[in-house]
Amino acid sequence: MLEIILPVKQVPEPGAVRIDESTGTVIRKGTESVINPLDLHAVETALRLKESCGAHITVISMGPPAAEKVLREVLALGADRAVLVSDRAYGGSDTWSTGFILSEAIRKAVPDFDLIICGERATDGDTGQVGCETGAALGLPVITWVEKVSCESKTLRLTRATDRGSEELLAELPALIAVTKAAGTPRLPLLSGKIAARKAEIQLLTQKELALDPLCCGLKGSPTRVVKIFHPKLARNGILVKGSTRENAELLARFLEEREVIL
Amino acid sequence: MTKQTVWTLAELDHKGQLDPVSFEMTARAQNLDAEIHVLLFAPTGVSDETLVPLFHHGAHEVLLLENDAFTFFQADVWGRLFADVARKENMNVFLAPADTLGRTLLPYAAMLLHTGLTADCTALSLDSETGLLDQTRPAVGGDIMATIRCEAHRPQMATIRPRSTAVPAPDVTRTGKIRRCHVTLDGKALQTQLLSFTPAPAEIPLAAADKVVVVGRGIKRPENIPAVKEFADSIGAALGATREAVDRNWLPYSCQIGLSGRTIAPKLYIGLGVSGAIQHLIGMRTAETIVAVNKDPDAPIFKVADFGIAGDCMEVLPHLKSLLAKGGVK
Repeated sequence: MLEIILPVKQVPEPGAVRIDESTGTVIRKGTESVINPLDLHAVETALRLKESCGAHITVISMGPPAAEKVLREVLALGADRAVLVSDRAYGGSDTWSTGFILSEAIRKAVPDFDLIICGERATDGDTGQVGCETGAALGLPVITWVEKVSCESKTLRLTRATDRGSEELLAELPALIAVTKAAGTPRLPLLSGKIAARKAEIQLLTQKELALDPLCCGLKGSPTRVVKIFHPKLARNGILVKGSTRENAELLARFLEEREVIL
Repeated sequence: MTKQTVWTLAELDHKGQLDPVSFEMTARAQNLDAEIHVLLFAPTGVSDETLVPLFHHGAHEVLLLENDAFTFFQADVWGRLFADVARKENMNVFLAPADTLGRTLLPYAAMLLHTGLTADCTALSLDSETGLLDQTRPAVGGDIMATIRCEAHRPQMATIRPRSTAVPAPDVTRTGKIRRCHVTLDGKALQTQLLSFTPAPAEIPLAAADKVVVVGRGIKRPENIPAVKEFADSIGAALGATREAVDRNWLPYSCQIGLSGRTIAPKLYIGLGVSGAIQHLIGMRTAETIVAVNKDPDAPIFKVADFGIAGDCMEVLPHLKSLLAKGGVK
């Protein structure tokens, strides 16, 4: 049986994001949070492995106490255990600190894991770095842009997309993989799963349990710092005409002709 | 005063030739007015001639890490080597493409080096005295850019979107130094094996297209795609899409333009029903001519457009098609 870890992130609902202009961090207060949509493909990958070769799945998230909601969502889909890593001291962490804290939480909560499955990236920060950094902190092989996974006697067979084509790989466990949307369409939870998830216990890991070096956590422990936030000047001061009329289409056609972009 | 040194990552394609994205990285370093050192992982036996174009594109020195196992990318093996080299060379700045390789190798190495990494930078500036690198990238949500610094940790690392950098013409008189370093690996260290490789079709039409027609949510229904496709074909344009259109499965992910898709810089961009979220604008704003048709006159796309029509794109489309297909207006 595979011991699988699923790191997931709660992200602000698309379109509802604001930024604290003094710290450059995301304001989560007052916005509705959802599970990072790309993480659902990692969840689906884990559930399929559980069905095909047996697995015990631990879903883990670092975030405010409210991140409990996304953990329950993944429990409802079929994860077996949930861990919330939450402490004020971890707030404002950049990708390095987040990777560090997550890796330490994984060491503590599931020391004998076989496989960590991440989504491609989170839709709020859009970096795709935390998975790789977590894997590096744990000294694991990291395989990203995975489109297909199967497992036989603790060896993974993977299809990885690269910029130049696609690779078939074998990877020994333990390892960390990050899957793309192609890995599988997320399923919906069953009512029985939802009911069980509501009552499930969520393990809380705070700074008290993890006792991490404060110089590696939160805003203070982050190597990167936002020094400036600004609105980009993209304006071209172009022409804007109003109405879906043929006259306007003609103006546009003439404009393109003058610019010699249409032959 | 001596110049700052900037390291960049070069990549080989599956035929063993330099990937042109390597020259985009040296071009970025040239813009920083730096002495350029290039790092390349390669299978044993890459010839000096193969590397010469790096010098033509501004490199002063190339450090080649060779091993027969380097026919494919292994993040853990390369990441550890990278971290060793970065320490030994006292790297101050390292730039890599934000492609499938760079976006995996750099975070791996950043963790081992305990240093910061900024993804998808669109602008960089280097202080010639302090050596501090200002890294600018689009930030979460809205029309916001953030400038990020890594003050106390080294190297300062950043990834840069492929095809977001203009590459100056090569100077074929330039030469430089090649340092070859044959790497010995413990067999047990190799935990990944390559079984097979299937190259992607030689050219991705979208990235290379002169003209691109992009559909956004404003086309309203997937049933409208064929009409847009027909229009695109009639003017010899490739078809692209916004993330919203791809998320609705109107077009495949390979069509997606923007921060989480491709970056394009065509001669002509025509956005139909595209509102212009910053994440999309990042991927197309360097287009030569930008045209947009969108119902909302306040849509951000009109700020970057050279010509905009505030109107229903599906109503404008047939007019435009008949006008342009005839070879222009009489």
